[in-house]
Amino acid sequence: MPDLQLDVNGRQLRIIDVDPSTPLLWVLRDQLGLVGTKFGCGGGYCGACTVHLDGNAVRSCSITAAAVAGKRITTIEGLSKGNELHPLQTAWIEHDVPQCGYCQSGQIMSAAALLSKTPRPNDGQIDDAMSGNLCRCATYIRIRKAIHTAAEKLSGETVNTGGTV
Amino acid sequence: MNTRYLQDIINDVEGTGTRLNTLDIRVINRRTFLKLTGIAGSGLILGYTLKGIDPVHAAPTEFVPNGFIRISPDGKITLYSKNPEIGQGVKTSMPMIIAEELDANWSDVTVEQSAINKAEFGTQSAGGSRSIPSNWDQLRQAGAVARAMLVAAAAAEWNVPVSECRTESSSVIHMASNRKLSYGDLALKAATVTVPALETVSLKNRSDYRLLGQRIGGVDNRKLVTGQALFGIDTIVPDMRYATYEKCPATGGRVIQANLDEIKSLPGVIDAFVLEGNNTVSELMPGVAIIANSTWAAMSAKKKLNVSWDESSASTDSWSRAGTLAREFAAQTGKETLTNIGNVDNAYKDAAKIHEAFYSYPFVSHAPLEPQNCTAWVHDGIAELWAPTQTPQRGITNVANTLGLTEDKVIVHQTRIGGGFGRRLINDFMCEAAAISERAGVPVKLQWTREDDMLHDFYRVGGFHSFKGSLDKSGKLTAWEDHFITFSDASGKPVSGGNMSEDEFPLPLVTNARFTQTMMPLKVPTGPWRAPRSNSIAFAIQSFIDELAKSANRDHLEFLLEIMGDPRWLKPGDAGALNTGRAAGVIKLAAEKAGWGKSLPTGRGLGLAFHFSHAGHIAEVAEVSVDASKKLTVHKITVAADVGPIINLSGAENQCQGAVIDGMSTMLGLGLSIENGRIQETNFDRYPLLRIRNAPEVVVHFIDSDYPPTGLGEPALPPAAPAICNAIYAATGIRVRELPLSKSGFTV
Repeated sequence: MPDLQLDVNGRQLRIIDVDPSTPLLWVLRDQLGLVGTKFGCGGGYCGACTVHLDGNAVRSCSITAAAVAGKRITTIEGLSKGNELHPLQTAWIEHDVPQCGYCQSGQIMSAAALLSKTPRPNDGQIDDAMSGNLCRCATYIRIRKAIHTAAEKLSGETVNTGGTV
Repeated sequence: MNTRYLQDIINDVEGTGTRLNTLDIRVINRRTFLKLTGIAGSGLILGYTLKGIDPVHAAPTEFVPNGFIRISPDGKITLYSKNPEIGQGVKTSMPMIIAEELDANWSDVTVEQSAINKAEFGTQSAGGSRSIPSNWDQLRQAGAVARAMLVAAAAAEWNVPVSECRTESSSVIHMASNRKLSYGDLALKAATVTVPALETVSLKNRSDYRLLGQRIGGVDNRKLVTGQALFGIDTIVPDMRYATYEKCPATGGRVIQANLDEIKSLPGVIDAFVLEGNNTVSELMPGVAIIANSTWAAMSAKKKLNVSWDESSASTDSWSRAGTLAREFAAQTGKETLTNIGNVDNAYKDAAKIHEAFYSYPFVSHAPLEPQNCTAWVHDGIAELWAPTQTPQRGITNVANTLGLTEDKVIVHQTRIGGGFGRRLINDFMCEAAAISERAGVPVKLQWTREDDMLHDFYRVGGFHSFKGSLDKSGKLTAWEDHFITFSDASGKPVSGGNMSEDEFPLPLVTNARFTQTMMPLKVPTGPWRAPRSNSIAFAIQSFIDELAKSANRDHLEFLLEIMGDPRWLKPGDAGALNTGRAAGVIKLAAEKAGWGKSLPTGRGLGLAFHFSHAGHIAEVAEVSVDASKKLTVHKITVAADVGPIINLSGAENQCQGAVIDGMSTMLGLGLSIENGRIQETNFDRYPLLRIRNAPEVVVHFIDSDYPPTGLGEPALPPAAPAICNAIYAATGIRVRELPLSKSGFTV
């Protein structure tokens, strides 16, 4: 089986003996130990496996690792700059969003891709960008608030959304 | 042995610290595992090792008064959370209770998951919304004992009576002299103080609480948002292999033969074999195991598996057939009478009005987002498991039973859990992983696919209610009758989740009331689903009460309060029972906050529902609009809850919001079509859980009464569906009597 060269979170990794049909998700999880990206459905319905490919949110369960060789892959582990959290991660903590927390890596990655293109999304734009991500605990109300808070922080505005922890 | 083995790895990892930019990675083995810490950051998998919590063996360098608390001289306070965390927030709320009585500054506290240890902790489980009420006293006492020992240590240090000392923010203060010693300063001295008897330590008055009732963020939040929190599925044991397991899609089928030779020749596959199982659905049913060197190899091979099943004793259940039968039964009296109060038949004779209706709700899946999985390593007569289970102690029993081991030979490590909802009260996935590891002779991570998860659930059972009620001339309810049509298991008893209490609301509150039951046999496995029984019967009962109110031409709020009557406990002396005063309190509060009675435009309406479950009194009012094409918009749901004092305000609100939307999600579009014993909906394309675009505003009000605190993981769910359906009636005049709503042509 062939080797793969992947660019993951800014590191060049050569992975030996990869079945070309292997989804990116399982290379990340089983071979690279980057287990922050989650398996939920295997069919691209739930969004738990969302990562960035050249800055766009994609479902890593539905794309082969071979197809993304040479592209820039960012996982939840690579979203923050060292210890400096992404404003979405800070907002998620501020609003105490997670319940079980399993979907939240994927939620944050989808939200980060949204904010990179639409810095001040309205509710409709949030709906469009986030409706591919299921939260079985239904933390949607707080997810929406946290995205607005992060957007405001990114654009340097005063934040007052209420209901924060 | 195993813990020592993991400890070796911790030491190795801590000694490494190299960060490599280019890695050659084949499969994870001990060597790559160590290297990978360079990519993933720190502590990839090591959070699960047993931290010694046995005071007898504790290092003398710390204060460890009991299994819950560890205070080191540097002032760090570690609190151990004993129960599984499934998203209900107990890893934060339970340690908060300890910290309150300990008078610990929350910012000094680090929370860790405890080991499984029945002798130390008692029952450790996540179910029935029991974590708070069952452990309230134990956790408070654990904190109070430690506090008393710290005070005793300080008093001895200062040579003053303990009565002259008080505690605040992780310190003991001598009030007269204003001298102060921190808990860290006192740790070593406190470790030498004799542990006082529980009955000698006093507990705080509620008015002195500093921490309880505040908004405290989840203790794992930072790890969760950075991808560092470890769930069961994230377990990596060095040299482990990956496994899948194929069972008959109709419960009870046995393997006749399978193309094992072909499977074993596939790339990455190490072995494939048949397990006969122990004929216990909650433990190990027959199937084919595949062992591979990656999850993907195991899953790919599973797709090529060709098994012929002997289905002679398998389920042939059919949901459509059950529906036809139930409608026939509904025309008759129930086969058994479980409750008979007053004289329903006489009441009908004297009635000014009689109203009847037939309700149904379907089977549903739990569908936690983390599919079932378990990592097991059976070796040297010991089974060690890393399991996302709600019932780790029962899991020990299940695995011991499956493998023929004694329970002391089974070690279970708790992991964080990607959703429970009741599914993980049952430990079939643990038994499978253990049996596969035993046969394979290596550590294995068993991974179910989403399809496995939905084909082999312990489903929320569907059911049917044929209601009849009567009203007198003044519009007062004079008789209530519920013919409940449900399912029975092989023993002839109602299946799990398919029974109804003989004093279910409003039976004991109506002068003439009758509850009869008819059952149909069922082989499809069922089990507790978030707010078992309540999650379905509340829809039927609370909708029919609204029907009766409308039939009497009366306001639903007033009609419901009249049924509650005078404030009283239904079972005097049982604080876990319905209290009509608490019920009326939440009903009035929800109505007031939602603007009950306000004028609304055509096509818009308010609906009310109350339900009592898990000792929680909860009322909800939904505000909805429905357009001409039956497109439903749920604008807002107002929740009023009385569960006693709130432990963590942020967590409590989150639970209510999540439970309400879960209830709404389920009633809108979820239902399983079962034919020939097989579930047809096996992934989210045919099981449309609610998404963010349809999430309504959910406003939560707590009464915060002085009764003992009770749990919130479940009781806010049941009222959501009937509140929405009653609002749809108010908006449109269309009465919803069958779930899911999509069956009646509604869309969102």
